[in-house]
Amino acid sequence: MTTTNTDAPVTPARTEPPQHAHPVGSARSERLSALVQQHGALAVLLVVSLVASFSFDSFATGDNFSNMATGSAFLAIVALGMTFVIITGGIDLSVGSLFALGGVLAAWGSRHGTMMALLLPLAVCGSIGVVNGLLVARSRLAPFIVTLAAMLGARGLMLALTDEGADTYLIGKGSFLAELGQGSTLGLANPVWITLALFASGALVLRRTRFGQHVYAVGGNEDAAALMGAPVARTKILVYALSGLLAGLAGALNAAWLASGVTILGSGMELEAISAVVIGGTLLTGGLGQVSGSLVGVLLLKVIQNVINQIGSLDSSYQQVVSGAFLAVVVVAQTWLGRRRQLM
Amino acid sequence: MAEAALRSAPFDRTRLVQWLQAYGVYAGVAALLVVNTVITPHFLTAENFRTQAVQVAPVIIVALGMALVIGTEGVDLSVGAVMALAASVTALYLGYGLLPTLLVVALFAAGVGLANGALVAFVGVQPIVATLALMVGGRGLALVLLPQLKDLRNPSLASLGSGDVLGVPYLILIAAALALLVAFAVRRTTFGRQLLAIGDSRPAAQLAGLPVRRVLIIVYVVCALLAAVAGVLATARLQASDPTSLGNLMELSAITAVVVGGTPLTGGRVSIGGTVAGAVLIQLLTATLIKHDLPPSWTQIAQAIVIVAAVYAARGRGKR
Repeated sequence: MTTTNTDAPVTPARTEPPQHAHPVGSARSERLSALVQQHGALAVLLVVSLVASFSFDSFATGDNFSNMATGSAFLAIVALGMTFVIITGGIDLSVGSLFALGGVLAAWGSRHGTMMALLLPLAVCGSIGVVNGLLVARSRLAPFIVTLAAMLGARGLMLALTDEGADTYLIGKGSFLAELGQGSTLGLANPVWITLALFASGALVLRRTRFGQHVYAVGGNEDAAALMGAPVARTKILVYALSGLLAGLAGALNAAWLASGVTILGSGMELEAISAVVIGGTLLTGGLGQVSGSLVGVLLLKVIQNVINQIGSLDSSYQQVVSGAFLAVVVVAQTWLGRRRQLM
Repeated sequence: MAEAALRSAPFDRTRLVQWLQAYGVYAGVAALLVVNTVITPHFLTAENFRTQAVQVAPVIIVALGMALVIGTEGVDLSVGAVMALAASVTALYLGYGLLPTLLVVALFAAGVGLANGALVAFVGVQPIVATLALMVGGRGLALVLLPQLKDLRNPSLASLGSGDVLGVPYLILIAAALALLVAFAVRRTTFGRQLLAIGDSRPAAQLAGLPVRRVLIIVYVVCALLAAVAGVLATARLQASDPTSLGNLMELSAITAVVVGGTPLTGGRVSIGGTVAGAVLIQLLTATLIKHDLPPSWTQIAQAIVIVAAVYAARGRGKR
């Protein structure tokens, strides 16, 4: 669906073609728009964090920061995969279910050793991602519908594995898997290190490899990318496979952290991940975006959540209201900046 | 089309595919009815039909609005949140009587629809993102207004939820009337033509001088109002207001019903009959699996397969 929705809103009153606008003197303002679009979320994150640390004594403490970092890690890994998918102009609604499925599979597999616990979720969630990609790329079905079906199917599979959600598989204490999820290195929790490593690799892949170029090219203009010889179908299959893999990995790590595969997790996570990616400056129309923005987007969502928790008197449902309002403001600002860039 | 007419082979594959694309969802409903009549005990009873129809009515009502939005090449993720919002507002204002309550609910819903429509039509935000904001924020607001489930004891609301005319529940009559009304609007009014033209190509509609923004805003407002109707009816049936779980995943059920019914996500074409049949198909499928004691997990997997199969069959019906 998102792939076809590339038409910019045309204003009947302003029929003047864009090339007649002033090309001279607007370069700086165009660069400024691009800067705000790419790093606006970072600026907001810094301002919100600064205000929060002056307002609440308990905000700017090492404990609180490390809690927020660990709490963000799992969503961040999911958002990393989502960033790749969205840059190609697609969307992946199945990540929440794959997150839950990955957690259950890891906990179930941990009885048969650490290798099994890590490989099983990656294999299953990665395969579901490949199926998503095949249906989107080869059968040309709308990503929204394909991944919606995968969301239902994967949740069904997870329920079937857990006797309709009644069984909870535990991860043994002291195992390598438990250590991986619960331990910490140099004062930072292991999941945080893993997240940082994944984001560094993701940024490298997107910026410095041919595959990364193809991801941008497919999202920018699919037909042009195909004419230039980019393997459009293969690129799409790979990004959905990557998204599935990362969602499964995040679920497995989360299960290791909680020491059990919790079946009720992950619902609504796809929307949180999409919000984080969009807030981070990646356009849903594809072709533009970066993984660092998504990391900032996740942190921003978590900081807002944290701030609302700090205001003890505020109900947690305000969190949703604020998140929704915030998303609306960011999206309006982005669209406005994006249109300015197109017109100039 | 001409190609299909020219060929006069006794078995024409193209025509079979075209027939399936147009009537597949009705054939699916008919097949499920036949299969159930044979294998499911107590299927052919008035009581069972009544239960199934009452359960599917809110989905149909929401899906009608969703079909209109999808016809404009949009999507509305906020319908579940609007149902929850309608439930909360109903609980808060019911003390003043049913009619004032309905008015306030309609005002809230129109506000949500206006916000969605303005983001899409004036700011140019993609529909999925514009409505995502209110999907998150709307349910939050519903929970702020009414933090938990509340029992409602109001005779007029209760009769709305469980009353009937000659044995046909109000819920079914309302859903049927709304379906006819929406089908009429799509097929026989200028508004319907403009809606489809915008879904076909928004730039072309703009150049042709159609009131694109006005039509888009009306479409999102109508979608929100229909979701609110479904929310009030569901609340009336439960005789309780449940902002936490009412309408959860409703956006996905509604989109599924619309798409399975043969309306392409690419816009420009709307099938109201197909949308109703799509909702009924999924309801029947779920009921069949549950009646034969298959666990819910199977239902979800079966739904996933039906969605992919239906969309695969309808491939190439939209633009491009």
